[in-house]
Amino acid sequence: MSEKPRKFKGGVHPNDSKALSAHKAIQTAPLYDTYKVIMHQNIGAPPELLVKKGDAVKKGSLLCKASGFVSVPLHAPTSGTVKLIDKVPGPTGVSVPCIVIEADGEDEWGSPFEPMADWRQTDPAELKQRVWDAGVVGMGGAGFPAHVKLSPPEDKPVDKLILNGAECEPYLTADHRLMLEQAEEVVLGAAILARILGLEGAVIGVESNKPDAIQALEKVAGEYNVEVASLPVNYPQGAEKQLIYAITGREVPVGKLPSDVGCVVQNVASAVAVAEAVVKGIPSIERITTVTGKPLNDPGNWKLRIGTPIDEVLKLAGGIKEQPAKLLLGGPMMGIAQSSLDVTVMKNTSGVLLIAKDEVSLYTSEPCIRCGRCVDCCPMQILPATISQAVENNRFDWAERLNVMACIECGSCSYSCPSHRPLNQQFKRAKVEIRAGLRK
Amino acid sequence: MSEETPDIRMPDPSKLMVSNSPHMRDKPTIDKIMLTVVAAMLPACIAAVLFFGLAALKVLVISTVSCILAEEGWNKLMKRPSTWRDGSAILSGILLGMNLNAGSPWWICVLGGLLAMILGKQLYGGLGYNPFNPVLVARVGLLIGFPGIMTTWHKPELGRMVIDGVTAATPLGLAPGETVLQDMILGNVGGCLGETSALALLIGGGILIWKKLIKWEVPLAFIGTVFVITGMMHLVNPEQYHSPFVHILSGGLLLGAFFMATDMVTSPMTHKGAWIFGLGCGLITSLIRLWGSYPEGVSFAILFMNALVPLIDRGTVRKPFGYVAPAKGEA
Repeated sequence: MSEKPRKFKGGVHPNDSKALSAHKAIQTAPLYDTYKVIMHQNIGAPPELLVKKGDAVKKGSLLCKASGFVSVPLHAPTSGTVKLIDKVPGPTGVSVPCIVIEADGEDEWGSPFEPMADWRQTDPAELKQRVWDAGVVGMGGAGFPAHVKLSPPEDKPVDKLILNGAECEPYLTADHRLMLEQAEEVVLGAAILARILGLEGAVIGVESNKPDAIQALEKVAGEYNVEVASLPVNYPQGAEKQLIYAITGREVPVGKLPSDVGCVVQNVASAVAVAEAVVKGIPSIERITTVTGKPLNDPGNWKLRIGTPIDEVLKLAGGIKEQPAKLLLGGPMMGIAQSSLDVTVMKNTSGVLLIAKDEVSLYTSEPCIRCGRCVDCCPMQILPATISQAVENNRFDWAERLNVMACIECGSCSYSCPSHRPLNQQFKRAKVEIRAGLRK
Repeated sequence: MSEETPDIRMPDPSKLMVSNSPHMRDKPTIDKIMLTVVAAMLPACIAAVLFFGLAALKVLVISTVSCILAEEGWNKLMKRPSTWRDGSAILSGILLGMNLNAGSPWWICVLGGLLAMILGKQLYGGLGYNPFNPVLVARVGLLIGFPGIMTTWHKPELGRMVIDGVTAATPLGLAPGETVLQDMILGNVGGCLGETSALALLIGGGILIWKKLIKWEVPLAFIGTVFVITGMMHLVNPEQYHSPFVHILSGGLLLGAFFMATDMVTSPMTHKGAWIFGLGCGLITSLIRLWGSYPEGVSFAILFMNALVPLIDRGTVRKPFGYVAPAKGEA
């Protein structure tokens, strides 16, 4: 990096607890009897179902096709039979349609894509089509279709490709291990993405608490004209807007997208999925997930097929020593708490985290003492305490004027509030109310 | 993996809690913040007892107990849950004691506690809702009601543990030139308990800034403004006006700037607001001290600026990250 990364204003420094799994090499999960593939795994339109009960499927064959531009196809994680198409509890608690596949144990590939070994000569449009066909989405957590980000509007030229390897969420180490163990694939993915965008190179942003990953990437980065930027350790460093600022100094305008400042951001795991789709012809049917938490016997990082039941995942980690207080999909700052073990691994499941009883404090929300801690740590530089007052008074117009829509829901304000006020929750509600008002 | 492995323990889903993110919380809670501020007050409390003797300790204890009882009494009366454990009443009590002089009779402390906790805090809705610093409401109330008692200062005497003492003047009441800076720094001067030792107050203030419990802009702007204005007047006429160092080290300026003006509830929330607030406090303090009829002006200045906090907050709403000014013609 020619320039030193800039530190964004605000942020918090939660205890990262990454030591539980950071030194554990990625292991591949065994083949299971049943996979429950949730149909809608991307932001945007749900894909269109192509199979029916009783159909035989091969590994990698299409289960669903994209239903529009902001939609991605879905592939079978293994070979077998479609046992059931039913509704199951999704990660947010709402029931979602799901394809249950009974594995035949053969794990036989269907008609996979042609590998494109000569990707350097392949037409960028063809590469982009491959990314779409392979069903690659943002694997950092958002699940935004990768090909959409690779199609910036013509009036907004992109000059910077950034790979997000910050992994600022406490506990999670999946991206860390991926960058360490598959540095070449990460860099290769970056180069392919750069070619699609018509760029010469890319920058990978990694928090400086992963020196081994940075070193591994730097060893191979030069070959593909990729740079590695060591970023300050500061949650939420991996948030898109904060990451862009750290690397380019550009501020994404409120309500706008990275392409408005000429940037495209892709997660490092998505880059690897792109590399595999292009070079090996493998669709997005697996991901690396950190399975961790103090209650687990053997935390670690596993390569899991999409659709792997969470109870199997917990068994991989040796089961529990003690009953956990919470089960989360994702990290402790932005992850979603689950009330059952019926959920399954999705393309954006970066972590399966068990929170011990002594790690949660049951608290009641107390009055705001105006200490200003939330104001100091807000990475979007809005005024959480004041907006919270507006929400409590049902003054959503006021909340909107105070820029609640700029909130990225990183949870830093709630994390730092000594009065345990539900700030993050209030802002989510305000955004829903304001959007509903706009629709009227 | 078809065989069951029964010895692996799995979570009981019925015992899983579901709540909104984030699922982690930083350690500080209201009571820890309040008690840290109390700890930062300790050097000044110790200095007070060293210089004014057991009489100072008596005032501190009665004030603190009064505040706790006043708060709890009100809660009982209003059938509200007990709140003294959040530490704010304890802190107010100690601050109240620091705002009284060592010779204060017990009933002044009790009355001060009632004024602070009920008139200054609970009538507005309790912790977090009071617009004025409760201790200053009490102090000014007492100052107006009992000016004689409130301005009779004890003579400091290092290490002599007395209950009663001899009266002495506060340095600001003396003519320029009669003051000894060294005494003021250490604390060998008359005044309220919390006015005596500049050194002890600076140590406490340093702790608060280091622990990020106060905005450093407030004391800096406050003290800096007083220094500049009184310094200019001293240059103009050293016969009539005290040196700026006397102004800074005497009276309640350090106590006010570090412990009263910085009260979270009653000061602005942004750093820009903190500058304005501190500047205003310094300006009003200087005006009262130089040309007003009271020798001291810190309490009035802070109370006045407290009243302006909602306006300051409104005027200092910051631009969010990535803010773009709306184009001309747009609403």
